[in-house]
Amino acid sequence: MGVGIQVENLNAWFGKTQALRNINMTAEANHATAIIGPSGCGKSTFVRCLNRMHETIPEAHATGRVRIGDLDVYNGTSAVAIRRRIGMVFQKPNPFPTMSIYDNVAAGLKLNGFREHKRLDDIVERSLKLSALWDEVKDNLKKKSGASLSGGQQQRLCIARALAVQPEVLLMDEPCSALDPISTGKIEELIFQLKESFTIVIVTHNMQQASRVAEFTGFFLLGELIEFDKTEKIFTTPSDKRTEDYITGRFG
Amino acid sequence: MPEKQTAGSTTLPPISLWRRGKNNFVTFAAMAAVFLVLLPLGAIFAYLVYKGVGSINWAFLTQTPKPVGEEGGGMANAIAGSALILAIASVMGVPLGIGAGIYLAEYGQNRLGTLIRFTADVLNGVPSIVIGIVAYALVVLTQKHFSALAGGVALAIMMIPTITRTTEEMLLLVPNTVREAAYGLGVSRWRTTLSITLRTATSGVITGVMLAFARVAGETAPLLFTAFGNQFWNWKLNQPTAALSLQIFNYAISPFDEWHRQAWAGALILIVLIVASVSAVRLAASRGTLKGAN
Amino acid sequence: MRSRFHQGLDELRARLLRMGGLAEQAVDRACQAYIDRDLARCHMVLEGESQINITEREIDELAFDLLAMQQPMAVDLRFILAVTKINSDLERVGDQAVNIAERVMDMVELPKADLPVDIPRMAAAVSAMVRRALESFIEGKAELAQAVLEMDNVVDRMKDEAFIVLVKSMNENPDVTRQALDALLVARNLERVADHATNIAEDVIFWVRGADVRHNAGPEEAERQPAQLPAQQSATETH
Repeated sequence: MGVGIQVENLNAWFGKTQALRNINMTAEANHATAIIGPSGCGKSTFVRCLNRMHETIPEAHATGRVRIGDLDVYNGTSAVAIRRRIGMVFQKPNPFPTMSIYDNVAAGLKLNGFREHKRLDDIVERSLKLSALWDEVKDNLKKKSGASLSGGQQQRLCIARALAVQPEVLLMDEPCSALDPISTGKIEELIFQLKESFTIVIVTHNMQQASRVAEFTGFFLLGELIEFDKTEKIFTTPSDKRTEDYITGRFG
Repeated sequence: MPEKQTAGSTTLPPISLWRRGKNNFVTFAAMAAVFLVLLPLGAIFAYLVYKGVGSINWAFLTQTPKPVGEEGGGMANAIAGSALILAIASVMGVPLGIGAGIYLAEYGQNRLGTLIRFTADVLNGVPSIVIGIVAYALVVLTQKHFSALAGGVALAIMMIPTITRTTEEMLLLVPNTVREAAYGLGVSRWRTTLSITLRTATSGVITGVMLAFARVAGETAPLLFTAFGNQFWNWKLNQPTAALSLQIFNYAISPFDEWHRQAWAGALILIVLIVASVSAVRLAASRGTLKGAN
Repeated sequence: MRSRFHQGLDELRARLLRMGGLAEQAVDRACQAYIDRDLARCHMVLEGESQINITEREIDELAFDLLAMQQPMAVDLRFILAVTKINSDLERVGDQAVNIAERVMDMVELPKADLPVDIPRMAAAVSAMVRRALESFIEGKAELAQAVLEMDNVVDRMKDEAFIVLVKSMNENPDVTRQALDALLVARNLERVADHATNIAEDVIFWVRGADVRHNAGPEEAERQPAQLPAQQSATETH
């Protein structure tokens, strides 16, 4: 079951440059929330602040409160422990190139000290089925490397890898932007099914994707959250002129 | 009738004879350069085979040198000694070199990193005899005798810069997206570096190690004052030890024809062993990689 | 940005205005024909019908094309949907004008009857409604559209009065039954035109405010608070 995400007064900097200003937002459990906005508006930065990936960049820091379920992301637990409870899928599919498909899916578990090898087979199979990749790879799990799959398959492999550790929240940073329309369609279908068990936050520059996939949408501009509402409201009668200008293509 | 021109088309002039000629000439020149480079290599190898193969027999490979004047004898102890010294050098040099390379690649974008890189590059250029003398001063004088250990230390010092720089470069070639994938799964930084980044760069790192190994395997000068050489078998680390390169050197500058013959044979064996060991490691490494992985 | 799309929207707007002009003209002509008992004008109305139908098709095609090819969102999407609905209402207005003309053609053959019903006044009111509805579309002003909604009550009352008066006439004077019936039908046609004008006004409010005020849901009930229209904004910027 997924959990909700509460963001309070989130500010983020790259060195001296402020990238996010006072973001307040709630993402509902078991729903998909889309984050849209023009290039450089801070949407990727925002999502990376949710699992503290932002900190992997030198001189980057963030303040504020992020709560994922009962977990206080910035207070208390280490960043590494946080990331084990939050799954992330990146823009460019990035399976571990020297590992087999099986090892890729199991990587999150194995590298974090998982010892029950007997259960691993089941977990790998379940994760690959969840990400709709099982049928295509079940005969070659340990023989083929992760990097030998097609782009769309690689991305689904990355989704399986993220799901294997059973996070409650799945963060997706423009997951389909490097994929062809058919693979994109498959992944969008997948997001629909995943919503039943996970809470999803998806960054996308494709507004049609946001409207197809997400119940809620947040519009970012220059580091600020301009408007946040039900997706259908944002796309039929947005409240803020800037939102409307972006959506109707009158700028960027 | 005027010729019908499609919108925006321009007719380019056909490729002139002069341009084609230039192209062919440069291709030919490049191929000639390759040939010229391979020529001395081939000549050396051919000459070695010609001069040495006749002296390679079972006795040569299994016996120790006979005293001056006597026929026969071999370089068995020198082959074993070289293996021992190289093993010691690898045990010391490879982990240190890879470790330094990892530091430089993952954590070394600072002044300390620049210093380490500079030091490694300088060390690379130090003449091998100077390194031998340093090892002599550090190990031999302390232990009060020549030893395989001292020889290993000297060779290790020579291996480290190459291994460090290659490891760093190979690790930097690993795209950051791979590291990010590991961070996203909640893997700590050091674990990511060892289990993911290093693993991805494995074949490149091995190449670096093999390069360093092949270079020091044939070094003679650093062993002159460290391993010193030995006419007999020695497996102790703190005693003078025979080495193939040393043996070849001593025999080659001697006035005896018998020894000259054996020197040729030794040189051939040395080359063959180096090529064989590098190939064996390559083969073992490629067996371990999966279908489709780079 | 998106100049082809905006050109398409401009073209759509222009075509709808042309359609509006044709419909308004048809109604005016039909009413004038009633007042003047003018057969020639009736024929003009009947002939103008085909042009209205052609223009309706052209507008629908362009709207469909823009929807399919340009992925309009928010205000642009509301605009195109509103245009298709207004288009349909204007075509019906044209049909009603034809109906009125046919009634007039019937009436002209009968002796003139002095009926106590003020069709010209009703016609003027309805014509004003249509004009104002089209104005609210041109200006993108929801207040103008709101005024049209209010005028509908007036016209409805006029129609009810006409009904009572004409039935009484028919009872008292059976000789003028046919003329009275014609007049009654004309009144009803005018009332229908008023309904269509009301629909047009509701569609304009939907476009401008994102508020669905159809079937008497007041604009206060609509929670949507859409942004200011770009057309209005550029108008205010010129101050």
